[in-house]
Parts: sequence; structure tokens; C-alpha cells
Amino acid sequence: MPTTTLLWLLPVFPLLAFVLIVLFTNRNKALSHTLAVGAAFLSWLGAMVIFVRALNIGPEALAEHPIRSWVNWLPTGHGFLKIGVMVDPLTAAVLFFVAWTIFMIFLYSVGYHNFGYPEGDHDQKGLPPHGATVVDEHGHKHRVPSIEPMYSRFFAYIGLFAAGMYLLAISDNLLTLFVGWEIMGLCSYLLIGFWFAKPSARAAGIKAFMTTRVGDVFMLLGIAYLYMATGTLSFPDIFKPEMLHQLANLNSGVLGLSAAGLIGVLLFIGTVGKSAQWPLHVWLPDAMEGPTPVSAMIHAATMVSAGVYMVIRMFPLLKAGSLNGAFLSPLAVMGFIGGFTALFAATIAVAQNDIKRVLAYSTISQLGYMVAALGAGSYIAATFHLITHAFFKALLFLGSGSVIHGMEHGVLHTGNHEVDPQDMFNMGGLARKMPITFWTFVIGGFALSGFPVLTAGFWSKDMILSASFFGGHPVIFWTLAIAAFLTAFYTMRQITLTFLGKPRTPEAEHAHETPWTMTVPLMVLAFFAFTAGWVGIPEHFPLLGGLLPDWFTHWVGAAYETLLQQAGMFKEIAEEGSLVPLYTSLTVSLGGLFFGWLVYKDVTSPDPATDPLKKWLGPVHTLLQNKYYFDELYGILFIRPAYWFAEVLTFRWLDRGLIDGILHAIARAVFDLGKALAYWIDLPIISGAGDLIGNIVRTFGRAFRVVQTGRVQDYMVAAMTSVVAFGALVYYLLVFAH
Amino acid sequence: MIPLNWYLILAAALFALGLFGVLSRRNAVAILMGVELMLNAVNINLLAFWRYRAPVHSAGMVFAVIVFAVAAAEVAVGLALFIAVYRRFNSVAADEINLLKW
Repeated sequence: MPTTTLLWLLPVFPLLAFVLIVLFTNRNKALSHTLAVGAAFLSWLGAMVIFVRALNIGPEALAEHPIRSWVNWLPTGHGFLKIGVMVDPLTAAVLFFVAWTIFMIFLYSVGYHNFGYPEGDHDQKGLPPHGATVVDEHGHKHRVPSIEPMYSRFFAYIGLFAAGMYLLAISDNLLTLFVGWEIMGLCSYLLIGFWFAKPSARAAGIKAFMTTRVGDVFMLLGIAYLYMATGTLSFPDIFKPEMLHQLANLNSGVLGLSAAGLIGVLLFIGTVGKSAQWPLHVWLPDAMEGPTPVSAMIHAATMVSAGVYMVIRMFPLLKAGSLNGAFLSPLAVMGFIGGFTALFAATIAVAQNDIKRVLAYSTISQLGYMVAALGAGSYIAATFHLITHAFFKALLFLGSGSVIHGMEHGVLHTGNHEVDPQDMFNMGGLARKMPITFWTFVIGGFALSGFPVLTAGFWSKDMILSASFFGGHPVIFWTLAIAAFLTAFYTMRQITLTFLGKPRTPEAEHAHETPWTMTVPLMVLAFFAFTAGWVGIPEHFPLLGGLLPDWFTHWVGAAYETLLQQAGMFKEIAEEGSLVPLYTSLTVSLGGLFFGWLVYKDVTSPDPATDPLKKWLGPVHTLLQNKYYFDELYGILFIRPAYWFAEVLTFRWLDRGLIDGILHAIARAVFDLGKALAYWIDLPIISGAGDLIGNIVRTFGRAFRVVQTGRVQDYMVAAMTSVVAFGALVYYLLVFAH
Repeated sequence: MIPLNWYLILAAALFALGLFGVLSRRNAVAILMGVELMLNAVNINLLAFWRYRAPVHSAGMVFAVIVFAVAAAEVAVGLALFIAVYRRFNSVAADEINLLKW
């Protein structure tokens, strides 16, 4: 099959699964998940075939002549807006991780939603399943997990989501990229609010959609401006040296930015929303209301990565926009926001007690890393971290889902529903109860912390730190280093509290390992978290450098190297001379892991107030735990005014007061006019005229009827009188008239 | 010969008497008698004009005969009507038969 056909088909399989499930197989749970997982498998297969073919073509050839297929779509005045698909080295790398993570998460969802278990005792659509009571052959009642009531719907939604992500990944133009972007935004809303009967889930879904929408508006402005300035939205057409120079030299008139700069900043704001950077980060922690596969897929591996992917893709434009050194040039903005977010989110993660919240803030922080890497000028490092992060973060989320499932087993066993299965302080000692989950989680956690050499996260993080250090961005470097220390610290805190020590509650006592549909994806992803870093070992790494070529840099670098060189924007970063970044990376990673274990190894009480950090940090801890009160701030600054505007201004004053008031006034006026007309014209004149005629007739009738006496003789008298009169008249006329 | 006018005056007088009778009598039969009188007056008038103006033509005589016949028939019919009326109203006074009014 030609590669371009295969490319077009990649989003079609999951989309088809979505359509079929919604229209036909909603009632049949097994068929629905087969369709969805089957579609994910087919897309995975297609993506792997394309990846291998791309490898065979080679990076330089692929970069120069990407595999493309496009159609003329919107007729414009002087041509067409083209949309299409393409594979260049960057796309191939992205397709690789997208296909694997999506497939693994689809498979995981089957087990997560308890396929194979009975329907719950009083489960309702819109609420998470609550367990079923099963009577075994001895007459003993057991509580077992129950299957999710909206099982098929979940697979339909994630099918649509996968279609959106594949569409975004294979697009060769900003328009279909944006379409995929928005499809994922919609699915994110649907999936976060999956358990729609929970008010917190509903609110979280709306919050996610609205916050990302803010970013999307600016992104759309950027796309519009780009189209206006260049007349095209296709990447190969935009990424030509002449086009980049033209955009860099055109003054946008805003804040001293060139056109490229303004477009870059606007597009980046889209990423700020989608990838949950400060200040639009507030939706991601609340998005943990959704089921864990959703958190893994959307908010770790794919959707938030889409934001970073977009800015990586647009990197030459961002670089061109930063050439004139304006204060708010895209790369500077990205460096600041990325670095700030990385540190900011890491500090919050340290004080969170919910296992998924820690991972949510960790995601925000790691995305900050990627954005900062781009700000420092290294899109290769950003891509590398994007890919490794997708693997280990998906792994961590799926692992946390496995842990939560295990805890829920415990909750069902003890029957105590007050216990929150997601609170890490209720866990402990799960390493012995759930070994596969434990070891895979450790691999993922160490990768996140950047444990040296053996984990993928180390290599990608090291590349970012080197790029910022040698690229001349010391502020970014030290910010990221401190964030790395905190990352390792809170990760080890999480692992210690969840898995090590002794179980702190009876629910943790009764936890047990989850089925193969959940543990196999964990193992697959752990493999990648372990090995994926070795494709990018830098050449001048002490001891190990040079053993394996730095395939990754060569591969992804080829995507834009020629272009940047031709445009005069290529900056070769010499990554040798100083071992400071390496030593810093080792120190913060190992140090953070050690301290995390040290501080939390002796926690024995399920009461979160016994957190050792609380004692040391005091009020600062409360500040961190409450996320610096940003939600409250936004509530006062934006939400309450918006509600006031909607409720009072537009609803009460404008709609009910003004518009309804006008309508009511018109109604009253017309009614009064009608009454007046009736009273003054209809009644006297028209009815009066009618009545008058009747009265006249009656009066005349009354007057004349006396003639009719009924007596014959009276009639004779009248007749004779008439004869006489008539005769006289005739006599007169005949005799005297002539 | 006596002048024609005398016959005409006689006829007129008779007619007037008959008319007066019709108009003023209460009893229906008396009214019929007045009608008879009027008819006879008309006959006298007719015959007078015949005899004095065109005695040759027999048309005048014939006309008078027809008038007599008609008068007789009419009285018959009228009396029959009055008997029917009497059966209904129990009286033949003309001013009591006044149903066909407003």
C-alpha cells in the first residue's frame, strides 16, 4: 500500500470505530472495545510501517522530500488553500510514540473499566461504578468491582480522540492541525466530564475546555495572521528561507515584533493553553476527575504533547521571529514561561497528596521543560523529551490507575467508603501486594527523575540542560536544575508513600495486582521508558558517548537543519568543554531521589497532617498545597465577573429587563390600542350604524303597521279612496293637461 | 225617451248606496248585499249605454247577462266562505275577522 494512502488511513480507523460504536454497537460492550482496540491496533500497525519506511529513506532525503499528499480544498480568489498529510523525520518520530501510547492505553482501558465483571448493584450511568455483590457456591457474598455502565461510550470517545491526535500528527498544514487540536479539545471535555453525574467532573470538563479555548483564540489569530501574511498554511510552503526572511522583516506593529514574532507568540499562547503552562495551567489538575486512561492519554502522552509538537513544528518560524531581539520575542517568552512553569509546578507537586494530582503537576512541569528547551533554541532536545516523557508519564499514570484499582479492591473488601483510594497517605506497602505495578512505576518514576544512564528521562533531560547551559541561557539552566531536584524529590516521595513501608490502612492491606490487560501495557511502556533514551546518547558523553551513535539528534535534527542553515538561523551549540550540566544533572537527580526516600520512609499514619514537609515548611506548605491560590484568584478576577455579566447584566438586565421589557411594552401598547379602537370606533360607529338601521326599520314598521287592521272594510275604504284619487288624477291629466 | 243621464245618475246613486253598505255594515251578509247592489248598478249603467248608444249590437246584453251570472256565482262562493268563517269565529261580523294583521 502506498505510504500516502496508509497515512490518510491512520486517523480513519479510530474515527470509524467511533462512528460504528455510537451508531451501532453501543449496547454490546465486547464488540465496542474490539472495534476500538482493533482500530488502535490497525493505526499502530500503519504507523509502524510508515516509521520503518521512513527509516529506510533516511533523514536527509526525508527532510528534503517529505512523503506528501495534498488536495486543493478551499478555493480562494487566486488559487486554493491546500490541505494534506506529510511524513518528515519529525512526523515519523511523533507517530512512533503516539501509536504506541495510544494502543497501550486503549488496551489498558479494557481492564481499567472492569470488563468481565458483572454489572453493579446500583450503578448509574454518569457515576463511577460502585461494585457488585456476587454470591458464590457456598452462599458467601463477595463484593467485586463492577463494569463501567458507559463502557462503550468511553471507547467511542477515545476513538474520536485518537482520530484527532493522528490527524494532528500527520497534518502538513496548520488548518487540519487545528482541526485535530480542537477535536482533541472536545474529547478532552467529554472525557474529563465522563462521569457527568459528579458535579466536580462536570465543572472540571468545562474548566478544561474554557481555559484551553482562551489559548485557542489567540492561536487562531496567529493562524489567521500567518495566512494573511503568506497566503498559505502548509508547512513546506511556509518553511522556505525566503518566506521566513520575509516574515522576519515584516513589521507587525505590535510591541516591536516582526510578523514572524507576533505569529510565533500567538501560536505559543495556544500551546500555553493546550499544554497547561502558567498562567493557563489551572485546568490540568482538575482534569484528573476523568478516568485514569484519560489522564494518561490526554493529559500526559498525547493531547498536551500536541501543544509542544505544534511549537516544535513551527520552530523555524519562532526562531525567525526572535531574530530582531524584541523583548517579547517568541523564544524569550517561551524560555521564561517554560522555565517558570517547570519550577512553579514542581513546587506545587511536592505538597499534593492525591496520587494523580502529583502526576498532573509533574506533567505541567515537564511540559515546561520542553517549552524551555525550545526557548533555549534546541528543538531536538524538546522533541526528545516529548517522546520520552510520553512514554514514562503514560506509564506513571497507568500505574497510578493500577494502584487505584488495587486500593478500590481493598475498599470493596472492607466496605469502608470514606477512604479515598487515591490519597497516597492511605497507601503504603503496595510493593509486595502489586509487584508488577511497583516495578514498572519505579522505572517510570526514575525516568521522570532522570536517574542516570538507565532511564530514558535522563538522556532527554540531560540534553535539555546541556542545550540551555551551552546555549548561553544560565537562568533557564539553573531554574530547570532546581526543578529537576524537586521532580526527583516528589517522585521518590510518591513512590515511598505508595509502595514502600507497611500498609497504613486496611484497604491497602487488601489490595492486589490488576489483570493482564492492565499490567501488560505497563510492562511495554516500561520497556520504552527504560530504553528509549539510548537512541540519543550525545557523542561527547564521558565513557558512553560514541558507543552508540546519536541517532536521534541526527534524525530529528535533519528535519530543519538544512532550512535553518539556508536561512542563516542555525546556531551550532558546542556541547563540550564543561561537565557542569552533567554533574548538576546527576546531583539533582540522585540527590532528589535520596532525600525523597529519606524524608518519607518513616511515615506510618494515614493522616496527611503528619507529612514531614508540613512541619518544616509550615505556612509555605499550605500555600503549595493550595496551588498558590491561583484558582481562587482566577475565580475572583475572571469567573465571578463572567458569571455576574451572564447572570445579572445580560440575563436580568438586558434580556429580561430590556428586551422583554420592550416586547411587553409593545404588547401592552397594542392591547391598549385595540381596546381603544373597540371602545371608540367599533362600538359607537360601526355597531351604532348597524343598530341605527335596524332601529329605523323598526320604527317605520311600527309606524306603518297600523294600516294593516285585518278588517276587510278598512281595506275597501283605502281601495276606494285610491280609486277616486287616481281617477281624479287621470281625469285631470287627460282633460286639463292638453 | 228619458235622457240617458238619468239612468247614469240612478246607476251612480245605486252604486254609492251599495258602496256605503259595503263599507259600513257589520254583518258579512249585508256586505254581500251591498256588493250585489253595486253590481246591479253597474248593470244598469251598462244596459243604459247599450240601449242608447248601440242597440243593434247584442254585445251589451250579453255583457249584462254575464255580469248577472258572475254576481250570482260570487254570492254563492261568498256565502260558502262566510259559513266556513262562522264555523271558525262563531260570528260573521266583518270587523271581528281581523287575524291577517300585524
